[in-house]
Parts: sequence; C-alpha cells; structure tokens
Amino acid sequence: MRIVVLVKEAPDTYGERFLDLETGLADRNKSDRVLDEIVERALEYAISYAEKHEGTEVVALSMATEDATASVRKALAMGADRAVLISDGALVGADVTLTAEVLAAALTHIGYDLVIAGDQSTDGAGGVVPAALSELLDIPQITKLTTIELDDKAVSGTRVIDRVTLKLRAELPAIVSVTERFPDARFPNFKGIMAAKKKPFEVLSVADLGADIDVLAKPRAIMTEISAKPPRAAGVKIVDEGDAGNQLAEFLKKNQLV
Amino acid sequence: MTDNILVLLDSTPDGQLSKSVPGLLGAATGLGNPIALIVGAGEHADALSAAAAAAGATKVLLADGDNTIYSTPTVDALQAAAALVQPAAVLAAHSDQSKEVVARFAVRTGAAVNYDAIDVTRDAKGIIASHSAYGGAFVVTSAVTFAAPVITVRQGVVEARGTAQPVVAEKLAVTPSGRKSAAIESIDVADAPTSLRPELRGATKVVSGGRGLGTAEKFVLVEQLADALGAAVGASRAAVDAGFVPQTFQVGQTGVQVSPQLYVALGISGAIQHKAGMQTAKTIIAINKDETAPIFEIADFGVVGDVFTVVPQLIAALEASGK
Repeated sequence: MRIVVLVKEAPDTYGERFLDLETGLADRNKSDRVLDEIVERALEYAISYAEKHEGTEVVALSMATEDATASVRKALAMGADRAVLISDGALVGADVTLTAEVLAAALTHIGYDLVIAGDQSTDGAGGVVPAALSELLDIPQITKLTTIELDDKAVSGTRVIDRVTLKLRAELPAIVSVTERFPDARFPNFKGIMAAKKKPFEVLSVADLGADIDVLAKPRAIMTEISAKPPRAAGVKIVDEGDAGNQLAEFLKKNQLV
Repeated sequence: MTDNILVLLDSTPDGQLSKSVPGLLGAATGLGNPIALIVGAGEHADALSAAAAAAGATKVLLADGDNTIYSTPTVDALQAAAALVQPAAVLAAHSDQSKEVVARFAVRTGAAVNYDAIDVTRDAKGIIASHSAYGGAFVVTSAVTFAAPVITVRQGVVEARGTAQPVVAEKLAVTPSGRKSAAIESIDVADAPTSLRPELRGATKVVSGGRGLGTAEKFVLVEQLADALGAAVGASRAAVDAGFVPQTFQVGQTGVQVSPQLYVALGISGAIQHKAGMQTAKTIIAINKDETAPIFEIADFGVVGDVFTVVPQLIAALEASGK
C-alpha cells in the first residue's frame, strides 16, 4: 500500500504572522516556518500504520517554494520513506482550485492507495483542498475524521460535526483528512534525522508532472487589496482592591453589554 | 434584469435552517436576486421553504438528499441548480458540510473559490469578498479573474438581512453524477443541548476560561458567568490540553474563531495562538492574576486579580441589578 500524506509548511502559530502588504503573500522572513501541526498528526497516523503493516510506503507530498525543503524533510525524519516537493514559480499565489489541480496531477504522477491530509491548515484555514481533490481524482472523500480504520481494501472513520456523528466507509483508493483529535506526532530522533538525509527527495516543476495545467485558462481567485489592522489598543487596567467585580458590572452596564 | 445569486442553505438534523442562513441570504440580497437551494429537506420541506422565504429567498429549490451517500448528492444538486438559474455568484456557509460541497462544485464546473469571506460586496468590476487573515491581523479583499465566483461566508459575521418574500418553492430534478463516494454507514444525532447556552460559533457574547481556572471542577465558574451574561462558553488551548473541557470549546487559531460583541477572558494569559481566535471581538474584558499577561495588551477593561473573588462579585452585581 502506498499512502501519500499532503504536507504543508505554515508560519508558526505560536509567533506573530505577517502578510507582505506589497504582494499579499505570506512574509516568510518575518515568521518562523514550521511543518503545520495538523500535518504532523496526519504523518503520525501514516507512519504508525506503516510500522505495523509491512509493505506500506509513506510519501510526503508538498507544494511550496523551494525554501520549504527543511520543513518537508522533517516528514522524512519522522519516518516517511520519501518526499516530493512541487515547486514552480508559476504557482506563487495559487488559489485553492489551482492548488488542487497541481496536487491532483502530482498524486496521479506518484500513484496512491490512500491520501491523507490535515482537515485544514493553520494559515489558509480553508479546509477545502481534500474535497476538491476527491472531485478531480474521482475518488471518495472522508474528511474531518476523529477516528480512522484502514485495511488493504477500504478506509472507514468517524466524522463528528456539531451534534451529528457519521460513520463513513470508502473503498480504496480514497482521500481522508484528519482533525486535531488525532494523536500528537512523535519528535524525530537523531537516527531519524540522519536517515532523512539519505531518503529520496524529489523537487518537481509543473512540467515535470506532465500535466496540462494552464493557470490562466480557468477563473482564479486573486487578492485585490490588503491592509494590516492597526494593533488593538489596551484600555483600562485596574488592580483588584475588593471592588473589581462591581466595577466590571458597571463597565458592562455603561456599555450596554448586559 | 437582476442577477440570480444561488445560495446553498444548511439545515440542522431536526429540520431547522442553520443559524448561518439569515446572514447568507442577507449577503446574497446585497448582490442580486437570492435563490435558495435546500438538499434533503424531506418531511421538513414546507417549513424550511417558508423559513428561507422569510429570510429573503425569492425562490427555494428543493432537491432530494440521500442518507447513504456522503456529500456527492449535494454537489450534484448544486450543479443542477446552477445550470437552472445561471447565477452571477454561488454563496454557501463556510461550514464543514457546505464548504466541501462548493469546492467540489467549483472544480467540477471550472469556477474559482473565494473562501471564508466576512463580507461580500459588488463594485463596477464585479463581486468582491473581504476576508480576515491570520486571526484578524490583516484584512484582504479578493475577487475572481472571470466567471461567476463561488464564495463561502464565515458563519455569524454578516449583519445584513434579506427582506421576507412570498414562498415560492419548487422541486429540483437532479441527475446523479455517479462520482465515487464514501458510503454513510450510520448517522447518530445527539439530543439538542438541554442548556439554553448559546453555541460558541457565531455567539454575540463569549466567556472563556484558561489554565488559571486550575481544575475541571473549578471551570464551572466560567459557566456561571456565561449564564449570568447569556454568553457561550469557550476555553484557551491550555485549558483544553489540561482536560478542563473538550476540544470543541477551544477558541484560537487551532479552534473556533469568534468575533463577539463581548469577550470575557478568565485566567487566560493571551498567547498569540489564543488571540488569533478572539481579537476581533468588539469589547474584551480580561481577569488574570498575572499583571504581565499579554491579554491585557488588547483588553478594553483589564482586572489584575483573582478570578475566584472578582467573578463571584461580578455575578452577584449582575444579579442584583437584574432584579
């Protein structure tokens, strides 16, 4: 079985994140860039499965600029067998449908039994690429899973949205996405980090995929304006001297919040 | 002639329109003639049609659902509805169900997607969507290069409302696409929550607790204040990781993002991770023992003090004035 995990670099959510006000693109130099944490949970599932099922290959697939190499390599250090990075100047600022078209072409190029993604990234936070891929590849999607069961023929899982719990099942090949309910990822150990340096790491352009992707032939979402919100100013700050609760109640009443 | 705007409506398992619907139809009314699509209404068709018309839909298209096939029947219905009404835009909630449906519709029909809009407007060149990026630190507007955009709208943020319309409902004929789909093996619907506490997503008031609450038992203080204010209950990631409340309560970059009128942070330090989920609130109140807590940098009213003395006094004061 070949499991392809969609991996993505994102600015660290524990630090400030910036958009470049000239280009509207993420400002990579101002934030720490890390493998997005939901992606690590997806990888953890795939790698754990591979450890228990001989003959399972785990491929990490990413679409990013070449400076994302270090983040993608972390997937190898965790235990993925090889990595494919689609990097192409024509894809800078790609919207979700273009991203899905390129990833679909890459998945077809690599070949897969199961595709695993995080349910949504912490930066774009759209959560729509796995569904778009299911449509483009004509494979079933079971997304936003809280649990997953996988065998050679099928994948099933539980999706909990508000009060509704669905049990879903799909024949392979299929695409799934996992939520934060999945276990934390392992930390790469020294052995893993050393081994990662010898694992195959392909960097491909759109042309290398042999796919017919014309960026301008279809409508695309584009950014038209961007502005930074002024930082929020602090208001009143008091130290409780026994009447802070009453003062708060007054503040709420004065501002018609009760 | 006014452009048709096709709006995919979400409904709840017990046959109500989702709370996202009035805002969605309000946004659509600002763009053109809102035509609603409801899939799988079943026995609730009349009630849902009436509710959609009351919220501004000039016409309601009703398509059959299928409780055994996941997602695809709704995509097929949306495709059929779009073919029928030739919309200038397709709108849907940025909900877990609908955003996936419209993404599939978009790639199937070759449309572009503007997702998670907080506002939708129209200028001389076409329809544009506004977005709040990185937890509200940036505001971005987007459009599509050509053709009708597919736009998902963040739930609970659009204030515009449609005007009530006479009920015009019709059945929509849908040809199944036969796309490969997951099977639905079972559907379990939990009982509606017995508490009258509002849902976190889209709530106008939120009271959240952090690690400073200490234990799951003491977290009840957060609920008490929430009930006194008629607010939803939230939590910081630290409180969730400590097991005080389930993950569904998490407010932050990796949880629910809220934009309420009032946000009260109890015992929350205000890590960037948390701020990204709530800093667009209109008024922020913070109570924390640590006077250096970053939450005070964005609080309109900050109290350096013990939540276990300040909050009971606040609740008592609110109750006293309510009588």
